[in-house]
Formats: sequence, C-alpha cells, structure tokens
Amino acid sequence: MAESSRVEALRTALPQRRKTASLWADALYRLSRNKAAILGGVLVILLTLTAIFAKYIAPYPYDVQDRPNANSVPSWMLAVFPMMKSYAVVSDKFLLGADYVGRDMLSRLIYGTQISLSVAYVGPIIALLVGTIYGLVSGYFSRWVDNIMMRFVDLMYAFPSLLLIILMMAFFRSTFAQSEPGTFAYAMNKIDERFGGMLFIFIGIGLTAWMGTARLARGQVLSIREQDFVMAARAVGASHLRIIFRHIMPNILGPLVITVTLAIPGYITTEAFLSFIGLGVNPPTPSWGSMISDGSQAIRTYPPQAILPALALSITMFAFNFLGDGLRDALDPRLRGTQ
Amino acid sequence: MGRYIARRFLWTLVVLFVLSLVTFALEHAVPGGPFDREKKLPSEIIKNLEARYHLDEPYWKQYLRFLNDALIPRIAKGEPKSLLEESLIDIKLWDDYHLRWVNLGPSYSSRSRTVNDIIREQLPVSFQLGVAALTIAVLIGIPMGIIAGLKQNTIWDYLGMSIAIFGVSVPVIALGPILVWIFGVMLKWLPPTGWGAKPPYILFFIPKDLSWNFWRYVIMPAFALGLGQSAIIARLTRASLLQVIREDYIRTARAKGLPERLVVLRHALRNSLIPVVTVLGPMFAAVVTGTFVTEQIFGIPGLGKYFVVSVTNRDYPVIMGTILLYAIFLVLANLVVDITYAWLDPRIRYE
Repeated sequence: MAESSRVEALRTALPQRRKTASLWADALYRLSRNKAAILGGVLVILLTLTAIFAKYIAPYPYDVQDRPNANSVPSWMLAVFPMMKSYAVVSDKFLLGADYVGRDMLSRLIYGTQISLSVAYVGPIIALLVGTIYGLVSGYFSRWVDNIMMRFVDLMYAFPSLLLIILMMAFFRSTFAQSEPGTFAYAMNKIDERFGGMLFIFIGIGLTAWMGTARLARGQVLSIREQDFVMAARAVGASHLRIIFRHIMPNILGPLVITVTLAIPGYITTEAFLSFIGLGVNPPTPSWGSMISDGSQAIRTYPPQAILPALALSITMFAFNFLGDGLRDALDPRLRGTQ
Repeated sequence: MGRYIARRFLWTLVVLFVLSLVTFALEHAVPGGPFDREKKLPSEIIKNLEARYHLDEPYWKQYLRFLNDALIPRIAKGEPKSLLEESLIDIKLWDDYHLRWVNLGPSYSSRSRTVNDIIREQLPVSFQLGVAALTIAVLIGIPMGIIAGLKQNTIWDYLGMSIAIFGVSVPVIALGPILVWIFGVMLKWLPPTGWGAKPPYILFFIPKDLSWNFWRYVIMPAFALGLGQSAIIARLTRASLLQVIREDYIRTARAKGLPERLVVLRHALRNSLIPVVTVLGPMFAAVVTGTFVTEQIFGIPGLGKYFVVSVTNRDYPVIMGTILLYAIFLVLANLVVDITYAWLDPRIRYE
C-alpha cells in the first residue's frame, strides 16, 4: 500500500489544474514540454497544411513543361553551386529552378508533400485498425484461435516485405491496367489513376504494416485479460465485444499509438523508394522519391535537382521522428531515452 | 533447446514453402509473359521458347518441376548438357560422376546466365556491402552510445544523440545522392557509382584484391547504409548503459574501490551490450533489405539491382530465386537472434 500512498502524495503535491488529467491529457501536457517534439509537431502541421493547400501555394502546376527553361537555374543558386555557371540556363522564373523537362521544382516539391504525407497518415491508420482488431481478437479468444492467428502473423513476418511489395506493385500495375471495364479490377485501377497511383501504394504498405501492431496488441491483451477488472466485467455479464472494446482496448492503445507513430518514417521511405525505382506514383505525379531518381541522373551537372527533394524528404523524416520520440516519452515515461 | 531449434527449423521450411507458393502465384497471376516485347515475337518462336522452359505446362506441374529441380539432389554423369541442368552445388564424386543439388533454373532475360550464376556473382557483392555497413554501424554506434551514456546530460550526450536522430532520420535514398554529390562530384575523392570487386572470391565473398581500389567503392554506400543502423545502436547502447549503471552490482564494484575504468569496462559495459547484441539480428535483416535500396542508388551490381529488373522483365526464375534467398537470410537472422537471447539471458527458456 506504500505505493498508493506515494501516488496520493504526489498527486496532492502537483498543481491543482492537473487534478483531473486523464492519460491523454497528461500525455499532451508532457508533450507540450518537449521542445524537439513541439518542433516536430509544428513541422508536421506545416507540411500537412502544405499538402492540403498545395494547389494554392504552388506557383505553377506540377506537370506543365516549359521546355526552353529546362534545367534552368535561378541566379541566386549560382552562388551556392558556382560550378553550374559555365553551362546552366539562368532564369529567375522558377524560384528553385526547373527539372529536365522544365517543370517548376518548387511546385513539384510542394505537391510532393501530398504523397509523403498521405502515406504518413494512411500507413499508421491501416496498421492500427487492422493490427489492433486482429491482435484483440487473437489475444482475447481461446487458445487455438490465438494459435492459428498468430501462426499466420509469424508467416507474414518472415516474408521479405519490401520485395513482396515490389512484386505486388508490379502485379497490381499490369493486371489491373488490362482489366475489362465494369469489373472490380477496372474500378480499382480507375481509382488508382485518380490518385496518381497512390491506391496501390497504400494497399502494398497496408498489407505488410499491420503484423507488428497485431503482435503487440495481442501481447498487451494477454497481460490485461487476466486482470481483476476484466474478470469483474465478465462477472456482471458484459458481452465479449463490450469487454474487448470498452475495457481492454483503452488500456492497450498507448503502446500501440507509440509503435505506429515510430513506424511512420519507415512508410515514408518505402513510398519514396518505390517511386525511386519507378513502381510508385505514376508520372507526372511528383513524389520526392521519383524526383530524387530523376535528379540523380543529373547529379554531376545539376545537383540541386536531387539534393532539394532529398532535403525535403529528410526534413519530413526529422519532423515525424521528433514527434514520435516525444509521443513515446509522453505516453510512456518509463521508456524515456530507450531505443 | 535442441527441440526448440528443431521446431523452429521445421517452421522455417513451412515459411519458405508458403513464400515460394505465394511468389509463384503472384508471378503467374500477372497477365502477359516473359517473352512479351514491344515488337511482338512470331508466335512460333514464343511457342518454342515456352516449350523449352516448360511454360506451356499447367501451373501445378511447373511448380512441382521447380520444387523438384531446387530441392532434390541427384547424381549425374559428365558436365551439364545445357544451362537448364546447371546446379548451384556441384560436387565431383568419382570419375565423371557429380552430385548436383539446387538448380534454380535459367534467367529468361539474359540467355547465357542462370539464376545460380547470378547468385554466385551478385550475392557476394551484396554481402560485401552488408558486412561493411554492419561493421561501420557497430564501430560508430557502440562508442557513440558509450560516450553519450557515460557523460549523460553533457554536451557529448546531446551531440551524440543529435547525430543519432540525424542518422535515423536521413534515409539512404536521401543521403545517397547528397554523399555522391559531395564526395563523388565536388571533392572527387570517391567514385560516385560502381563496385571494385570481381570474382573469384575467397570464402565466397572476400575479394582477392583488398586494396584501395576495392575500398574506395565500398566506403560511401556502406556509410550511407550503416549510418541509420549506427544511430539505432548508439541510442540502444546509451539507454542500456544508463540502466545498468544504476544496478546494485555497479555500486558494489565502486564500493570495493575498483577503479572507475574497470567498473565501466568489466561490469557496466559487458552487461549493457546484451540488448545490443540481440538487436544485431534484426539489424542484419534490415541491412540485407537495405543493400537492396543502396545498390539502386549507388549503381552497385548486387542482387537487389537484378531483382527490380527481373520483376519488370517477368524473369520468373530470377524473381523466385532472389525472394527465397532474401527470405532465407531473414529467417536465419531471426532464428539466430532467438537463440542468442536464450544464451545471453539464462532467464529465458524455450520449452
């Protein structure tokens, strides 16, 4: 009982306004005291706003080609990259220059946030949704259901996921492109075209993202299932569904949110890499990955074309890493500084 | 323990079998075939090609044929009659008789090569890159973590952890072009792309010529690939050291008057490295997949480069061979980790 009296003492020692703090409000308070996390959060918000309002922010459309100004370089950039003075077309029409067919780099970078950010949001949502439900069911029910479900996760876990995603992307792209109008595959392909090729990226990432969350959720459920409050709920006759979602889920959500947030940079790199090798977004939709790929071809002559998207990608990764670390420290102070 | 390993091994076989089945299904579910060209080949030629590679047979037969070729060892007389009979493992038994095992089939897109050739020539390159990257990760990560942990909350700690978050945040795909530009194009210290090692290799992957001509190609990609991993190692080492240093046995060691150097080296470090060692397994897996990305960026003729090309070319045997190879690495890495856990921490027992 010493523990509870100590908790009580701590509670009275804390300022009054934190008296009613719930787990999440408490976490938010701790998060707000973490400078790096705040920086990350602000960056994430800015990037999200850029993605949403890309149409209004970008000075030019992302796909209009200004051939005479192809590979053009603004005059300020010559100060940073003096080697380009001798051969580059200098034009101040584009603030960050133009790519090899004369598309505005800045606008393409701005539109690129749409791809990276949507992967950053959709990936964790799929992982959380599928993984949590799968893990809850597996952990809560009888041993053989659990056994079969976890064997399946083990199986999926052993697959080299990046290679499988690549194979699936190739499969989606060619199968669905050749389908007859009116079929399911045709509809999928149309939706995919609408979103510049992102639907299949989501599916590819989604299919491989949920296993980690499922494992974690199951482990958490196993440790909570036997606790007294669950037994109490069962004793008063609560249904399985009610116990799972009302009593168990709120208790395991913290660690799940942490893992999912920490996985975001991974999803962003996966998309960037897929686009880099040409299996990601459909051209001319700009993804930082495909921009790096295009720029790398010209790294000897026009280095900014590769470096700018690389920087954009890195900054986004920084933002999500800072935010993820901060969230972990805030939601589970015991883990501070680990990993 | 023996039983545990045996069970895990059986499970591994199941995984590989299912994976091969999934791969086979995905390959063949895609419409079109490996001999589709922009300019269509005459149908007789396609027919002949398909007959040669048994692509005209029903799917189940093709799959069984693959299993048969890949798994069943056989004894044959003389040299292989064609590329189709060439095997990865070829041991001379007596006279003219050879034991042949693991035939992964020909490559459809490069006619004179087999999947075995690709494994023999490209896998060592990927392996060299992976080993170099992992070495860099350990050499940078562990000292950085130790310094940050021992000097907690000093400038060294903050500096180390800032570098670590930089390392975690900058992916190979972003770091690669920047490194290429700085060291390859601007300073011209290192070649921007390519690889310096050629077969034959000692012990399967160590190149004979270990001079600067080899290393100058290795440094940049290995660093790009290793940096992220070194950051993970550094953070883990630091956290684990901070935990260990508060243990009672450290206090005991200090209390009995041991010099601080010995306390750190003999008592704290050894115990704090346990979680680091166990993370090396998944890290190896990450590096194996990472080589795949790095090879694309630095134009290294490793296995990863072949995989992407083979997917677009519908080169079925190459796709299957590469995926299974990567999977074997991943599964083995996981197995080794689980066994190391039990070995390092006697509290863990597998039934």
